[in-house]
Parts: sequence; C-alpha cells; structure tokens
Amino acid sequence: MGVISNGTTLLDAGALDSGVATGAMTLIKTLTASSSANLSFVDGSSSVIFDNTYAEYVFKFYNMHPATDDKNFQFQTSVDGGSNYGVTATTTCFRAGKNEDNSTSTFGYFAADDLTQSTSYQRLDAGRTGNDADSGMSGTLQIFNPSSTTFVKHFIHDGNTHKSNNQSMHALVAGYFNTTSAIDAINFQFASGNIDSGVIKMYGIK
Amino acid sequence: MGLISNGTTIFDAGSMASGFGGSMTFIKKLTASSSATLSFVDGASSVVLDNTYKEYLFTFNNIHPATNGAAFTFQANAAGGSGYDETIQSTQFQAYHKEDGSASGKGYNNSNDQVNGTGFQKLNGNIRDDNDASGAGYLILFDPSSTTFQKQFVAYMGEPEDGSPAPLASLHTAGYFNTTAAIDEVQFKFSSGNIDAGDICLYGIS
Repeated sequence: MGVISNGTTLLDAGALDSGVATGAMTLIKTLTASSSANLSFVDGSSSVIFDNTYAEYVFKFYNMHPATDDKNFQFQTSVDGGSNYGVTATTTCFRAGKNEDNSTSTFGYFAADDLTQSTSYQRLDAGRTGNDADSGMSGTLQIFNPSSTTFVKHFIHDGNTHKSNNQSMHALVAGYFNTTSAIDAINFQFASGNIDSGVIKMYGIK
Repeated sequence: MGLISNGTTIFDAGSMASGFGGSMTFIKKLTASSSATLSFVDGASSVVLDNTYKEYLFTFNNIHPATNGAAFTFQANAAGGSGYDETIQSTQFQAYHKEDGSASGKGYNNSNDQVNGTGFQKLNGNIRDDNDASGAGYLILFDPSSTTFQKQFVAYMGEPEDGSPAPLASLHTAGYFNTTAAIDEVQFKFSSGNIDAGDICLYGIS
C-alpha cells in the first residue's frame, strides 16, 4: 500500500519517497558489547551500510568499558570487507587531562598516540581507559567520504575518558587513511582484553 | 492506528518506525531575555532529558551577557536531587587570536577546570558585552540516564573575550559528572549577571 497526498507520493513499497523530507542523520546500526573481543561494522553485513550511500559516517561511543584495566580503545578500517584491518594511516593526537586529586594537569600533543604511515590501530582515548565500575569512554568519530576512490579518507574524533589513575582525559584525534581504495569496514577493540560493555552507534549523514 | 506498506511498518503507536525519521530530534528551544538562568528539566515544558535518547546536544546561538566579561557556565541536577551541584571533573584548553593580530596562542585553562568540584562548569573565559559580541558553540552530554557510569561531556565554544584589543577565543571543555545517578536537569547561566540574549536548543540523538 502506498500513500499519496494531493497527488504527491509520500510512501510506497515499504519506503518513503525520496522527495519526502526526513532528517539528514540516519541511524544505521547499533552494536552493544558484552564481553566482546571487538565490534565491527561491515558493509552489506548485518544490515550495515558503509558505502557511497552517505558522504559521511558518524560513530558514537557510549561508556566503552574495558574488561582489563588501563587499556586503549582503538580502531582500524578495511578495504576488503573486513578480511583485513590494517589500512595505512597518518594521524595526530592532542589532549587535555586532569587528575581527580589535582596532582596532574596534562595538555599538549601526544606523540605516543599518533600514527606515521602505520597500519596499526588508532587509539582514541589518549592514554588508556580505566575499568572501575563507573569508568568508560564516550565520544564521536566522523569518517568523511570513505567510498571515494580518488581521495585519502579523513577522520576526526572528539571524546572523553576516565583513566585508571582517576583522570579526566579529553582526546582529539584526526588524520587520514592514506589509500584511494574505498573503505567498507571498521573495527573497534581495546588494545588487549575484551570490550566488557559499551554501545557504538553508526549513522549516515546525507 | 499504524501504517504498513508492502509488509513494512511505516509508523505505529504514534511514532515513525526506526529508520524512517531522522536520528537527530529537536526537543526544545529556550530564548534568553535578561534571564538569570535557562533550565532544561525533564518532564517540564515538553523537555525530554531521560533514557529516551542515548545522547543530548545543546547548541548555543549568540549567547550575550548582560555583564561584560562574564563566563557562560552550566551544571546539572541528578534525578530526585535538589540543586544544580553535581560533582564535576573537567579540563579546558583554548586557542586565541587578538583582533589586531598582536597576539595569539594556546594553553590550558587551570582556572576553568574542576577537580571534583560542584560549581558551575565554565565553557569559556569572559565574553564581551559589546552589542555585536556573543558566544556560540555546543555541548554534548553522553548517556545522562545511566545509573552505572559517570556522565561524560564535551563542549566547544567560540567568542570574543574581554580585553583591548579583543581576543577571539576558541575553547574546548570536557569532563564527566562523577556520579552514577541519572541526570535529568541541566541549567545554564553566566558567572555574574543575566543572560541578556541568546538561544539554547536541545536535541536528542537516537
């Protein structure tokens, strides 16, 4: 059944007509960790869209909690549908941190968490996340035009974490995957140990 | 009544099915007019600030102080609590550039962070009250309804600050409410004087 209003088709065949105004930010997939080794979003798998449907993809992290104390939350991408996660990246990381006992303030570029034409996973928490019961990392990662076969793939991240030494750590990470191949999968994990809990939501931006 | 097209539910029980609407929902706009405070309280004046959304976004448009050099601030109240005085652990850093080009720089703002403090969190330094001066930016609050985790937040504001010549400041603030209680009220105000003018919009990210 379709719906036509004043001669204009609003919906038909189970989908809204392309001319119907909707929001420009579309939830694609929610993954919830439960002692998970990693969480992956692979185009064409489990209802995930990660292709040229959208020019930008946004990943939201909510309370990513490591099973093992003091571990980095990190990600990598794939150009072969998730068979291999190891695309060459060059990145930057700077951060601001403050301990709950006021013993330490941290501000500046954090070379330990950048990548120089590396295929390693990119850290997103600038100094590791603690696993106290109420600890976690939350933030936002944007990847721009991952399906391009002309340009490198830029990304930016802004997030905050509670470190194992009771420090609030604000991390800003950016860079690019230095490939002209289309990126079609992304993988999130802690540097070691499982993702005890946490939610990652993937959105497409029209 | 619901509507099903070609076997696909389009809407039912008063709401669009998942995937048909946008994921960023406008909730409430408050406009200051010589206002001492602006508050978003779950369940009051059509405000939703509970587990309906995993993330809430506040945008600040032309926030203008009545008093020159006042800082724009925010605090929260936990569900069932009284007073805007939750414990905050936070950081802030900035870049600035004077309008005459005489100085620029970056740095950590020790005076604007909190060490498990219960004061209002400053989102900037000191906004000028010139007629055409104002602050703008956003605040993201992650998973405020969690009763397990701290409540992470990140904010970004830009504004002309007090001084001659005026420096433009770009400020990054982040941290967490160090409580496992759900947060369901957020209040904004200047460190002194009223909010002369400006809009704050609240969005839910689903």
